[in-house]
Amino acid sequence: MSFFFQQLLNALQVGTMYALVSIGYTMVYGVLTMINFAHGDIFMVSSYFAFFFSIFFLRMTSHFPSFLVFPTIVLVTVILTSFLAIIIERLAYKPLGSASKFSAIITALSVGILLENLVLALIGPEPHQIPPLIPDVVYNLQGVAFSSFQVLILAVSFLCMYILDFIVYRTKVGMAMRAISFDKTVVPLMGVPVDRIIEVTFALGAAIAAVGGIIFGSVYSLDPYMGIRIGWWAFIAAVLGGIGNVRGAMIGGLILGGVEIFVVAYTTSAYRDFVAFAILLLLLVFRPTGILGKSQIKKV
Amino acid sequence: MKYRYLLLRVLISLYLIVFACVVPSGGTPTATGTVIKIGLNAELTGSIPKVGKSCKQGAELAVKEVNDAGGLEVAGQKCKIQLFVEDNEDKADVSASVTQKLIAQRGVLAIVGPNASRNAIPASEIAESAKVPLIGPWPTNPKFTIDSKTGQPKKYAFRLMYLDSNQGIENAKFVKEEFNASKVAVLYDIGSEYNKGMADVFKKAFEELGGSVVAFEAYSSGDKDFASQLTKIKAANPDVIFFPNYYNEVSLQLQQAHKLGIKAIFMTTDASFSSEFLILGGKDVEGACLYSTFIADVASASPIAKKFIESYRAAYGEDPDDVAALTYDSFGVLFQAIQMVGKIDSQAVRDALATPHSYEGATGKTTFVGTGDPLKSIYWIQVKDGQFRAYIPKNYHP
Repeated sequence: MSFFFQQLLNALQVGTMYALVSIGYTMVYGVLTMINFAHGDIFMVSSYFAFFFSIFFLRMTSHFPSFLVFPTIVLVTVILTSFLAIIIERLAYKPLGSASKFSAIITALSVGILLENLVLALIGPEPHQIPPLIPDVVYNLQGVAFSSFQVLILAVSFLCMYILDFIVYRTKVGMAMRAISFDKTVVPLMGVPVDRIIEVTFALGAAIAAVGGIIFGSVYSLDPYMGIRIGWWAFIAAVLGGIGNVRGAMIGGLILGGVEIFVVAYTTSAYRDFVAFAILLLLLVFRPTGILGKSQIKKV
Repeated sequence: MKYRYLLLRVLISLYLIVFACVVPSGGTPTATGTVIKIGLNAELTGSIPKVGKSCKQGAELAVKEVNDAGGLEVAGQKCKIQLFVEDNEDKADVSASVTQKLIAQRGVLAIVGPNASRNAIPASEIAESAKVPLIGPWPTNPKFTIDSKTGQPKKYAFRLMYLDSNQGIENAKFVKEEFNASKVAVLYDIGSEYNKGMADVFKKAFEELGGSVVAFEAYSSGDKDFASQLTKIKAANPDVIFFPNYYNEVSLQLQQAHKLGIKAIFMTTDASFSSEFLILGGKDVEGACLYSTFIADVASASPIAKKFIESYRAAYGEDPDDVAALTYDSFGVLFQAIQMVGKIDSQAVRDALATPHSYEGATGKTTFVGTGDPLKSIYWIQVKDGQFRAYIPKNYHP
């Protein structure tokens, strides 16, 4: 039984990571019907931001209470990453105007490659790891091992997802986003500043990916190409959940993480991706629009 | 157009052939005695200049030591060694052309280098057709000693490095005997040829020794979460876990294994023998075991290795790495072969190298068994206090 719960915890950890990144894909798709393939690389850059801030703040602990280090790093990384997303939107996507969807996808891919190579040139290909931000204690409950940091990141992830869900479904900005995804031509006539809302959408998607970036860099490691795999998997999670739907992306991420972990746990690991994606394909055969994606559903 | 430079090409080829015939092979009699010419083909520039530098320094030290002692004694006569150093720029085509140059223009007796397999393979083909022995200190690719056209072993290519497959077998024996392990687990990257090959060889060898592989878990290249596989491994309760992966992944894997509370012995390969492994892994790689052909750890070194480390430090102000030690030993092997036959002749030296014999050097014992692929003694290493330290086996006997 402890084996099952340990794997469930593993699945939660991997799943929340996919969920945090997939939200950005789904939100941008919602308002622009465009797949922002640079999103995985924005996630990667956010991890590097967190890496440098953590080194900086951990040196400053003499002037700085240590329990504030983690929240401060989350805050500055989230803000900086949101600004990066807004800059990318203004410089790369907005000038495209009403050009075809293909131009937007090519531009997004190019921005991604640009970010990867920029980090590669400035920092280098060596992997790094964010130093421990809180004292890491490993607990053992009935044979299930979990660490204090794991508890913290799961709490932070779910809190952030809750905040985002609140913004999208309970605030005026969120309502405007959902309205734009519903009908792009009528909404501006109602006095909604569409350009501003699009920027907010990019910023929010990047902000929640940045939370993922901090966690990923602490639990695993960061390198210039880390965004590629996570980006693809998160994109798949977004499609699985029903692209355009924020709650769908969260559910899609958790399901993808669960499938990945439990396929290894109960079948042979050599066939992990094969079995996992066969299951996902089957799911999409029966629900082509994803789990929560209905053609009439209110999109973000 | 195709035949435009045909005449020129034929002339150059003829010139080279005639030149190669005219220039006496290997030794030139001079007033003070015979000089032995040896070529060095190293990666001095390009993507791995550190390897080339170590190679050159190891070579120069080996030659200097012999020349300072008055030369190499061949059939009662002291012969000085003359070293010709060529840069292959870490390019396969340049490697081939400098090998050609060393043979045709310099008339060397034998060549040491290149190090990287990608350069050593084309160089070995040139040496093979020119019938000049070539000793690669570092190449691990099986193709270095196998003729790609016939599939037969090459006659003139020798390496100082162990083959990865031989190493996997020895590693299984080490794990079995040294740690008295009966149950092992393996975690490997299924998308990488090296990792998968090492995992398979280890599994087969360990099972042949009577042990059981209780978990054989794979992941895909680029994965950073191994929790699921490690949880499975933990449930199988192995004595030793083998990680035949690259250092950046192994450090993460050990970290995650510790977080899950796994208490087994961690074993990895020479792919983790990098200072980055210690930086990335921190306290999680403490106690991990691995191996290499050489480690500059004077405390545990044999007298020959100790002398080499000390004279290398005195000459260059740094610790020798594996390439430097292997190059140094390549020259030792070559000198021993020359003395064995007692004459300065490429064919005779080749025959001596191909005779089963062994050589005791800085990297331990190298045993030639009639082919280009020797059996080598291995340095076992353990991470201790954040440093790589030689590990002296207690129960394992090679």
